[in-house]
Formats: sequence, C-alpha cells, structure tokens
Amino acid sequence: MELIFNKSVSGRRCTQFPANDVPVLKEIPKKYLRKSPCNLPEVSEMDVVRHFTNLSKLNFSVDSNFYPLGSCTMKYNPKFTEDVARLEGFTKLHPLLPQLRLGGILAQGALEVLYEMDRILSEITGMDAFTLQPAAGAHGELAGVMLIAAYHRSLNQKRKYILVPDSAHGTNPASAAIVGYEIINIASNKNGTMDIEALKAHLNQDVAAIMMTCPNTLGLFESDIDTIAKLAHAQGALMYYDGANLNAILGKCRPGDLGFDVIHLNLHKTFATPHGGGGPGSGPVGVKKELIEFLPISRIEKRDDGTLYLDYKKPQSIGYISSFYGNFLVILKAYAYILLLGKEGLIRTSEHAVLNANYVLAKLKDIYEPAVEKTCMHECVFSASRQILKNVHALDIAKYLIDCGIHPPTIYFPLIVKEALMIEPTETESKETLDHFIHCMREANRLTQENPEVLKKAPQTMPISRLDETKAARDMNCASL
Amino acid sequence: MNIPNNLCFTKEHEWIKIEGDTGTMGITDYAQHALGDVTFVEIPKKDCEVKQFNIIATIESVKAASDIYSPLSGTITLNNSELENNPALINQSCYDQGWIAKIKIKDIAEKKNLMDSTSYQKFVEGLAH
Amino acid sequence: MSDFIANTEKDTKEMLEAIGAKTLEDLFSDIREHQKPKSFELVSGKSEFEVIDHIKKLAAKNATNLVCFLGAGYYDHLIPSVVDHLSSRSEFTTAYTPYQPECSQGTLQAIFEYQSSICRLTGLEIANASLYDGGTALYEAMMMARRITGRNRVLVDSAVSPIYRTIIYSYTKNLDIEFLEIPVVHGQTDRNSLRKNLNDQVACVILQNPNFFGAIDDHADIVEDIHRVKALAIESVYPLSLGLLKTPGEMGIDIATGEGQSLGLPLSFGGPYLGFMATKREFARKMPGRIVGQTTDAANRTGYVLTLQAREQHIRREKATSNICSNEALCALRALIYLTALGKNGLLEVARLNYEKAEFAKSLLSKIKGVTVKQSSPTFNEFTVLLPKDPAHVIARMIEKGFAAGFSLERYYKDMKNYMLIAVTEKRTKEEIVRYAESLESALWS
Repeated sequence: MELIFNKSVSGRRCTQFPANDVPVLKEIPKKYLRKSPCNLPEVSEMDVVRHFTNLSKLNFSVDSNFYPLGSCTMKYNPKFTEDVARLEGFTKLHPLLPQLRLGGILAQGALEVLYEMDRILSEITGMDAFTLQPAAGAHGELAGVMLIAAYHRSLNQKRKYILVPDSAHGTNPASAAIVGYEIINIASNKNGTMDIEALKAHLNQDVAAIMMTCPNTLGLFESDIDTIAKLAHAQGALMYYDGANLNAILGKCRPGDLGFDVIHLNLHKTFATPHGGGGPGSGPVGVKKELIEFLPISRIEKRDDGTLYLDYKKPQSIGYISSFYGNFLVILKAYAYILLLGKEGLIRTSEHAVLNANYVLAKLKDIYEPAVEKTCMHECVFSASRQILKNVHALDIAKYLIDCGIHPPTIYFPLIVKEALMIEPTETESKETLDHFIHCMREANRLTQENPEVLKKAPQTMPISRLDETKAARDMNCASL
Repeated sequence: MNIPNNLCFTKEHEWIKIEGDTGTMGITDYAQHALGDVTFVEIPKKDCEVKQFNIIATIESVKAASDIYSPLSGTITLNNSELENNPALINQSCYDQGWIAKIKIKDIAEKKNLMDSTSYQKFVEGLAH
Repeated sequence: MSDFIANTEKDTKEMLEAIGAKTLEDLFSDIREHQKPKSFELVSGKSEFEVIDHIKKLAAKNATNLVCFLGAGYYDHLIPSVVDHLSSRSEFTTAYTPYQPECSQGTLQAIFEYQSSICRLTGLEIANASLYDGGTALYEAMMMARRITGRNRVLVDSAVSPIYRTIIYSYTKNLDIEFLEIPVVHGQTDRNSLRKNLNDQVACVILQNPNFFGAIDDHADIVEDIHRVKALAIESVYPLSLGLLKTPGEMGIDIATGEGQSLGLPLSFGGPYLGFMATKREFARKMPGRIVGQTTDAANRTGYVLTLQAREQHIRREKATSNICSNEALCALRALIYLTALGKNGLLEVARLNYEKAEFAKSLLSKIKGVTVKQSSPTFNEFTVLLPKDPAHVIARMIEKGFAAGFSLERYYKDMKNYMLIAVTEKRTKEEIVRYAESLESALWS
C-alpha cells in the first residue's frame, strides 16, 4: 500500500483545534525554533480513516485467524475488558496525582486495582508479593535479575554467574547480561528437560541464580524442578521463573510451591490482554518474602483506616524501574479477565490449553517428528526433520499455512530442535478449528512428498510474497525522510 | 568446501595468510556458508592492538551475528573498507576480495595454536557428525 | 460461567480418546502429587456485567474532574476521535509482533510510517519501533552510547526529569558507570560546569529540551563541545513541542529519545506509554529495539520486514544490544495516527496553542501578590513559580477548589523550597486559566 506521506496534498486538514481564546503576548526567540514545520502528511479525516482501516486488513490477528504462535499464548481477548479500560475514571487519571498531598485519596480506585492484583497474582503463583511496574516480560526479567543482584549485594556477596538452560528464551541470557552477569548455558537431556548432572557441574557459590521456564520451551513440565531448586538453594543461589508458559499450570501447581524465589508473568499471554502487534504488554514480578524489601518503589500499602497509599520509604529497594506503576490499563484488563474467570475458570483454562495441545500432538505425530515423544503441556514442538529430506523447511510449511488462512506457529525456536515448529493452540480454540489446522498440516506434508514447489512458493494468496530480508538489512531503508 | 592449503586456520573458522611479519585474515568458506548472506561487517579499527583469539570484528547476516576472532596477536595495519559498502564480498570471495584485516604479527610462535589446511579439513568434517 | 472455552463435554471426550488419555487430569501426570498447589483460594467467576459494574465503581473512586495544571513530563492533551477508533481495530490489537511479514503488513507498514514520523519530528535519520516509556528510552540511549564509545563516564544535566534520572541510576547499580550531574543556571544547562567536566573518558552527555522546569534551550554549542571529545550527545525531548522548537537533528544531537504520551495517549495513571528513539544512520546497528525496514518480494512489490534482527536477544542472546523483545506497537500506532490526523499544520498549531496559553497563564500569575514567575529563559508549556507558602499545602487547597494545581519541586530538588511547576496545555480554556489564577490567589491569601 502507498505510504501515508505519498497521499499528502498541500492544504488538506483533518484535526482542527479550538481557536485560541487568549491574547498572544510574545514569541519564542527565533534561535529556539525549528527551521521549517515538521513535514507530516496533509490529509483529510476520510484519508486517515481509509488508510488505517485498509492497513489493518493486511494483518492476520486472533480475531480473524487461528494464531497458534508457540510461547506467545495468543488466546481470545475478551471485548468487555476493552470497555473497562476506556472508563474515564482511569484514562484521565494523572499518574502524579497520588503523589500530591491529599491526592492519594483521589486515586483510591486505581490503587485498589493494583493492590488487589498484587494479592491475586500472589495467590495464583504461590509468591508473597508482586510489583506490577514492568511493562513487558523482558522488562520483568530485567527487574527480576536486578532483585537477585540486590539480594546478594545485601549479603555482601558478589556472585558472577547465572545459569540458563539451552532451551531458554533468548531474553533470559540477554537480561542477565545487561545486569552484569556472565551466562553459563546448561544442556538439556534427551528427555528435553534440564540435565541435572550438567547443572551440578556448574553450580557453586559463584552462581547467583538459575533461570528456568516451566513448563519449558519444549512444552514439557520439569518434574525434577524441586530437586533443582534444592540444589540451587544449597549453594545460596536463587531460582528464577520465566512465566511465559504459566497458562499450562494455572491451578495445577504454583511456582512458589516449587521453590522459585523470583518470577515474572506475562499478563498479555496468560491473562488475555491483547498483544497489540507487539505491545503494550505487562510483566509483573513476584517474589518470596526474603526479597520483598528489594522490590521497586513505589509500593502500595494499606493504612489502618483501609485507605491505600504509595510508600517510597524503602531503603533497600532497587529503586525505580519504570516511571510510575506499570502499564496500568493492561493490568486493569487482566484484572477484569481474572475476576470473570474466577477460580474454576482459571483451572479449566490450563486443562483445555493442555488438552488442545495434546490433541494436535496426537493427530500429527505420525507425520511430523515430535521433539520429545511424550505428553506435552500447553504447546507441542515438532521438528520438520522428515520434511527436510524433500528439502522442505519449517519456514516453507509456515508460509504454506498462511495460504490456508492460519498464522504460522513459532518456527526455529527452541534452538535445540532442528527445524522446530512450536504450536500453542490455547484453550479458546474449538475442536473444529484444531481439526482444520491438523488437516492443513497434513496437507502440507502431502505436498512435501508430492509437489514441494507449492510450499516453496507460498504464500501466494497475500498482497506480497516472501520478502528479501537480505536486501532490507543491507539497504537499511527504515524511514521515509 | 574450499580450503586453500597455504593458509592457517582457527577453530572459530578464521583464516590467516602469513607473509613475513604480516598476516592477512578473513573468515573461511565454511563460516560464510553457515552465516548465509552477509549484511554487515563491523571492520576492525586501524592501529588497534589485538590479542590472539580476541574479538576484532562482528559479521551480521539476516538470521545470525558472529564475532570474529584474531588468529594471531599484533597490530591492525589495514582493514578492508570495501566491506562496509559491499558486505557480500565475504560470500563471493571469502579468501580474496573478502579479506577483513592485515595484521603486523607480534609473536609468530603463536602459530602453533593454529591449524593447517589438513587439520582444518578434518576439524570441519568432524563438525558434520 | 463464561470462560471462553469452546470445547463441549463431547469434544473433550473425543479429544481425550484421540490422545489416549482417560481424564483431563491424566494430562498433568508429570506434576507430582507433592507439587500440587498448597493453596488456590480465589473467588468464583462472574458475568461480564457484574465485573464491569464492579470496575465502574472503582473508576468512580478516582477524581478525574480536577482541571489539570499538573504536568512534569505527562500532559493532559486533546486527543482526536480517530485515534481511538482506528487504533482499536482488532486486526491491530489482537495481532502480535510481525514475525511473519506476509500476513503482518498492516502492523509493519504502520511501524515504518511511525519510524518515519519520528525521524521527521526529531530531524534524525533512523528511529526504532518504540520502547516502553520516556525514562527507559533514555536509559537505553545511555547504554547505547556506552557500547559505541566503550567509555564509562556519563554527564547528566540535573534539569533532566528526576524520574528519568532515578530510573537510569536504578538500572545501572550493578554496573561500573560513573555519573556526574551538571547544575542548572538561570534554568538552563550550566555551560561552564559542563565544559570543565568534559574529557575523553566521557561516553555521553544527557540533556533534555524543554527541560524539567519547562525551559527551552538551544544545545548546539554544547553538542560541539561534546563532539570535540568524541562523546555522544543525548537529548530527551517533548515530542509535541517539536511542532515549534528546534529539533535535536538541527542541534547535532546523536540520539534523541522521549516520552510519546503527548502524542495521542491518555494519561491512564501512568501507562501504557511510549518511549521513542531516533539516531544518526551511522549508529543504527547499535540501536536497541525492533526496527522495520522496506524491501521487495520476488515480483518487485514493496513490503516491510523486521530488520537488523541480528542485534537482538533471540539471536544474540547474552551479547544482544538489549534484552527487549517487544515494543509498544499499539501506542506507536496511536502516535502515528495522532501525528497523521494533525498533519504539518495541526502540529504547529497545537504547539503554538500550548506556548500561548502558558504565556497567558504566566502573565496572570505574575500579578498575584507574593508569586514570582521565573522568567530567566523562555519556556514552552510549563514553567516554575516561587510561592510565598509551601506548595504542598497550596496544592492541597487547590484540590478542594477543583484543580490539580501543579507539582512541588522540593520533592526532587531539595534547594527549591516553595517552587511549583505548572503546566498549561491547549486543552485549558481562557476561563479555566482565569479561574485558576483567582483560586490560587485565594488559596494563598484567604
């Protein structure tokens, strides 16, 4: 589609502001002004509406397509949560209001949402307290590793290493490195879980923490998790839980009970807030009581009279990790979702997420090689190793699915699986949708054997076909100036 | 797999051609193939001192980024600035026009830590299994 | 109770059969008995009507009827209706990071247009797809300067938002970075102190325009000094002010960042907001975050992809330029729609309105007994006043009169006792400004 800048016609206007009702008293000295007005498009309101409406139609989305993107939990995003996030009682609230004298009392509703979410998330995960400030999962990881560093610092320990399994999300090592840690990768065993012997070889008193995802990125529950936690704790190391896959275990087990000390969640995954094309998300961090004093400021506390206030007097705190209290509207949507589902709904969520993934696994494992041959949790991982023999890659299968109207699964992750296809159907998809997906995947395999060219040329039903990514990276044409 | 026999090699798939006290280095055919289409080379700075097996450059392709290690210790005397405009030279001609840097060699005894073409051939074959 | 699960009992039975399991519980057999929850005490679910009702009651406990003269980096601006309507389209909201470009061109082209708009706004050459917020964007810029220069000393103008500064200090506690704060004279960056501390150890200088006190500066002379020692100049900017003010590009700034809230995002009690970042082309590969680039397909049709991904965490892991995975795509989309709806003339107009209304407010407030409006340097839409009484008390009294009056600077600047920061946006009418001045006078003296 034509860029909006190319639709500009000099003199055309969309938004008109109210006329100035105050006298103009002086001008800003010229040396402080830009030379010419900012070259933004000049378009009518209809132009704006058509442009963005038509752009939106070029997207696959959960509302229009099955979207089994592994590790991302692309479940249905309930519409009523959009309504609560549009209430002016929240959208018009200035974040500094509770920091003014007498101001806190004017934001009690918003503070209550945050206070309640802290309690609810603690109960769901078995942790003792949460900060809701991190704006995304990766941001939560960063905050979580900062908490780990603060904890060891308070014990006058300077620990150097963080251990990460080789199946981990790339963010885990990246977050740990940014805080100043060195990373040691721990191999997985043939069952796809952490190799305890390999872990023992690297675990000592220089290790600050072990970062784990559970179920892991192969969709497998780490049954030895409490053993791993005991080994870590015996060396004074902490256990970090990457909550990307929490959807699999809601009400079935709790990271806190399993021995994890620090945990981040992804509200946009587990608790159904829309992903927005890549944000805004929300990545709350939960801790056990030994780490509460290090949580970022401010903390929301309750007075004896039941009113809530912001407490900044936390000398051991890691400080500010975001400007205010987190992505408030995202937290609000997740709060509404949790209230609607309630205890039973959350348990049913994990049950049907796991049922759907195992159904897909059962129906495809005869033609696609499972990464590990056993019951999976909320997602299943295949390798296109059999298809490779016909020179058909995971990428080709993914592109073919686009022609079937299905958003491809995650591909080439986890890195330890060759030609990985990582499928997370989520609990909100029906059996009919799964059957259609299974049919398309089997069709992809039939074509692999009979007519692989169809896969190689896919997608053919979109406005564009496969794009030249090398050209993009070499030319670096990233803006129309 | 092209492995010229007049060069020395590292386990990280760099080559170096030693001529007197000067070495010319780049990445091997195996490495350029594994990386795929190279999109960017951050070339080493001239006059910079480097230690054997320390990072001197970074090469990016669409799906990977790889650190480049110096095969020997020394001082960078020349870098291949052509690569800034045309990173594809690494793919097209990794042993010739796609060279990365020239190094004034500090200690030729370090050569013992490198492989000759026969050993490198075996090393690469070992990776395939 | 609704839980959005489609499987019926019949479906469940059939699917379990296909799997070869008897019950749903069988699927969780890897979780051992002793690993089951020690507690899971949550209330039962409710209908959406009950939940909405409950949350409406919470919303009603928040006072959003105050007339807002509170800013401090976060402003009460008008938002055109098209912003909400178009950005709420669920094809945008319920998609994810555009890993598969062929079925994500909507998001990708929108980000490309957003990046272009940020470049045009800041006068720089390349922008990323957005970061969490203004504070974290500034932190990322500082880390980027460290990577580029390999140096570890950072000079920070003390008129940079104290909220941003605390974020930067928190994030770097475990790293070996030396920070030095440059004082402010007459509301602007102290040139002498800055020059004295500039040397070849310095990675970057962090500036802000307009600064936290609302004062406008031209940093071109400072940038020259910074470049002389081969350090980088970073400036946090208020994007809406760039409708009028000299751009970071025109001043020679190397990395510009800022809080994008003013570009069509509601205040929302602090988020979601939008951090933006733009830089010179030579630094593009050192920039953190997602970047969208233009390219072509086999039939030479133009399309957009995520590019320069080799810098990112999912490929580089612990060697990545940052740990960021996502951006604030939907907030960036709002900013793009906002900027598009305003266009070239609308942005200039709204920036002028902010300036003119603030000047009008200054003129009224300077007539109040005991109130001094600081006039040493020009300001944009925010300015400081010196009150004859403790601003905390005055602000509390003003709340009773229906105003969020401003922000007491003593909270962050110990020597600025009795100083208050006041913001006046295009949204404030003459009537509100007049009433504000009258109320302030009576809050002070009656």
